[in-house]
Amino acid sequence: MTPARAQLPKSPTGIVGLDEITGGGLPKGRPTLICGSAGCGKTLLAMEFLVRGATQFDEPGVFMAFEETTEELTQNVASLGFDLNDLAKHKKIVLDFVHIERSEIEETGEYDLEGLFIRLGHAIDSIHAKRVVLDTIEALFSGLPNPLILRAELRRLFRWLKEKGVTAIITGERGDEKLTRQGLEEYVSDCVIVLDHRITAQASTRRLRVVKYRGSIHGTNEYPFLIDESGISLLPITSLGLQHTTTNERISSGIPRLDGMLGGMGFYRGSSVLISGTAGTGKTSFAAHVVDAACRRGERVLYFAFEESANQIMRNMRSIGIDLQLWVQHDLLHFEATRPSFAGLEMHLTLMHKAINHFRPQVVVVDPLNSFVVADNVPEVKAMLMRLVDFLKQQQITGLFTSLTSGGDTIEQTDVAISSPIDTWLLLRSIELGGERNRGLYILKSRGMAHSNQIREFLLTDHGVELRDVYVGPSGVLTGSARLTQEAQEHAAQLLRQQEVDRKRLELQRKRTQLEAQISAMRTAFAEQEADLLQGIEQEQLRETLLLREREDMAQIRKADTPSDQPAGGPA
Amino acid sequence: MNPKRARSAPQRARVTQTEADTWTLRLYVAGQTPKSMTAFVNLKQICEDHLAGRYRIEVIDLLENPQLAQGDQILAIPTLVRKLPVPMRKIIGDLSNTERVLIGLDLVSRKVGGDHATKETS
Repeated sequence: MTPARAQLPKSPTGIVGLDEITGGGLPKGRPTLICGSAGCGKTLLAMEFLVRGATQFDEPGVFMAFEETTEELTQNVASLGFDLNDLAKHKKIVLDFVHIERSEIEETGEYDLEGLFIRLGHAIDSIHAKRVVLDTIEALFSGLPNPLILRAELRRLFRWLKEKGVTAIITGERGDEKLTRQGLEEYVSDCVIVLDHRITAQASTRRLRVVKYRGSIHGTNEYPFLIDESGISLLPITSLGLQHTTTNERISSGIPRLDGMLGGMGFYRGSSVLISGTAGTGKTSFAAHVVDAACRRGERVLYFAFEESANQIMRNMRSIGIDLQLWVQHDLLHFEATRPSFAGLEMHLTLMHKAINHFRPQVVVVDPLNSFVVADNVPEVKAMLMRLVDFLKQQQITGLFTSLTSGGDTIEQTDVAISSPIDTWLLLRSIELGGERNRGLYILKSRGMAHSNQIREFLLTDHGVELRDVYVGPSGVLTGSARLTQEAQEHAAQLLRQQEVDRKRLELQRKRTQLEAQISAMRTAFAEQEADLLQGIEQEQLRETLLLREREDMAQIRKADTPSDQPAGGPA
Repeated sequence: MNPKRARSAPQRARVTQTEADTWTLRLYVAGQTPKSMTAFVNLKQICEDHLAGRYRIEVIDLLENPQLAQGDQILAIPTLVRKLPVPMRKIIGDLSNTERVLIGLDLVSRKVGGDHATKETS
C-alpha cells in the first residue's frame, strides 16, 4: 500500500534481540519473508512471532502450515513452553494445516487460489487476527501444477494480505542462487530476513541477518541466535563503542601478596584479567582464589569451565584449601561447564551472554579461553573475546580469563593476539633452574596502576597460593632449592657477620678496659707527683714566711727607723 | 448445484457407501464466477455422458460456507472432489480438459468411457 516512510509502524516480535536490530519489530501490516535452509529455525521464529503477538501484544494470529500438521506443530513448540491448544481455545491463535498431495490432484483447466484466500480470510476474521504466518508457501509449487497461475496468485495473495492489514511472515526455503527456491523475494519486498545454519570446525552456529528492510534502518550484520527452552534469543553483540563507565573501585585477588604487587590493592572492578601460563602452572588455582575472594565479599560469580567439570574443579581446589562447594551452595557461585566443541564460537558467546544475563554475576571466569583456539582461528577468538570483554565492561563485571600457552620462549607471542583487550595480564611460568621446575609469576601489564615488575616465585600449598620472597641470583630469580640454598647461605653469612660484630665488640671492650687501666695508673702516678710537688711548694712558702718573720724580728731588734726595701743585711 | 445440500453431505456419503456404484462428486466454487459456471456445466456434461443415473453432484460455495474449505483441503477454485468411490480424488480447474477430468476421475481406465473421452467436447 502507501509506504509511510517517515515513520514506519512496527509490529514487535517479542523475540530477544530481534526487535533491537530491526528497530522495533517487523513492518506492521506488511509481509516479511524469512528464508533459510532446512532446519535453521524458520518455523520456530514465525511461531514465536505469532505466540508472543498473541500473549504479549494482544495481537491474535493465524498460522497456516503447509508442511506440518497442527498436531505436529503443537508438539514441536510445546517444548518451548508454547501451549497452542490453550491459545487456540482462547481464540488467540488459529492453526490451519493445508495438505496438498500432488498425486491426488489433477489439473483440468484454469483455476485460481480463491479457496486459500477464503480459508485464510475466514481464519483471520474468526479471531480478528493481526498476524499471519504462511509456512512454507512454496509447498504450493510442488503441490499444484501450473507455476504461472501460482505466481500470479501469490502476487495477488501478498497484495491481499497488505489490504487486510495483517503483519505476515512468509517462510521460504533457501534457493541455490536466489534467496528462496521460488523467488518469493520478488513478491515480498518490504522486509527480508535470512536465517543461516553454518558449520565451521564441526560446530554449528545459527545466524540471522536482516537483508532488507524497506523504509527503516536496521542492523546489517549477521547475528548469532540460539534456540533453547525459552525460544529464540538473538544477541546483537558487535562492539557498540568504547563508552563503558569505569570505576576506581579495586577488588582483591584473594592473594594478599599479589594485591601488593598490583599497587597494593588488587584489580580494578570491571577490568579484564588474563592469567596465562603453561600447563600446570596453577592458572585455575589463581582463578579459584579470585572466585573465593569475590564470594567472600558476597558477590556472585559465574564460572565457565571448558576443560574440567564443576565437580572436578571443586575437588581440585579443595586440595589447596579453597572450598568452592560452599559458595555453590550459597548460590553465589555457578558453574557452566561445556565442551568447546559443543558449539561454535558465536554460539558459545551467545550462551555466555544468556547465562550472564540470567545469573547477573559481578565476576565472570572463563577457564580456559584458548580451548576455543583450533587450528588458525585466533582472529575469531580474539573477536569473540573482544565482544565478551566489551559486554562485561558495559555491565561492570570483572572478567577473569585463563589461557594455556605452549611452552618455550614464545609465551608472550602466542598470546599477543588475544591480549589487547586485557587490562591486567598475569603470566605464570615454570622456571627451570638447577634441574627442577618451579612456578613463577609476574605481571606483564596492568593498566592504570603502579605494579611490581618482579618475577615472584609462588607455591601451591594446602592453604592456597603463596608468594615467596624474591632472591635474585646471577642467572635471574632463584627458585626452589636454589632459593633454599640461597636462603641458607644468607643465613650462614648473617651468622658469620653477627659473630664478627660480637668479636669486635668484645675487643673494643677490652681496649677500653686497657685504656682505662692505663689512665688510672697514670692518674695515680700523677697524683703522687702532685702531692710531692704540693708539699715542696708548701715547704718553700713556709720557709719564706719564716725568713720574713726572722727579718722583721731582726729589724725590730736593730730599731731600724724605716722598714727598708733594701735587702736586709746591707747596712748591717 | 445446490449449495445447501453441502452440510448433510458427509452423512449421505456414508450411507451411499454401501450402495453400489453411486458416485458422489463435490464441486467447490467461490461465488458465481465464469470459471465456476464453466466447471459446473462441464461436470454435468461429463457425468451425463459417463455416469448417467449413478452420480450425485454437490456444489459448495465457499463464499457462503468458508469453514468447509478446511475439511476437504481446498486451495484452488474450482475444485472437484470425488468423495465416492474411494479413494478420494481431487481435480482442479474449470474441467475444460475432458480427457484429464476422466483420467482424474479414473473413468478412462474403465472400458465404458475409454473411446468417448477424446470425442467429448463442451
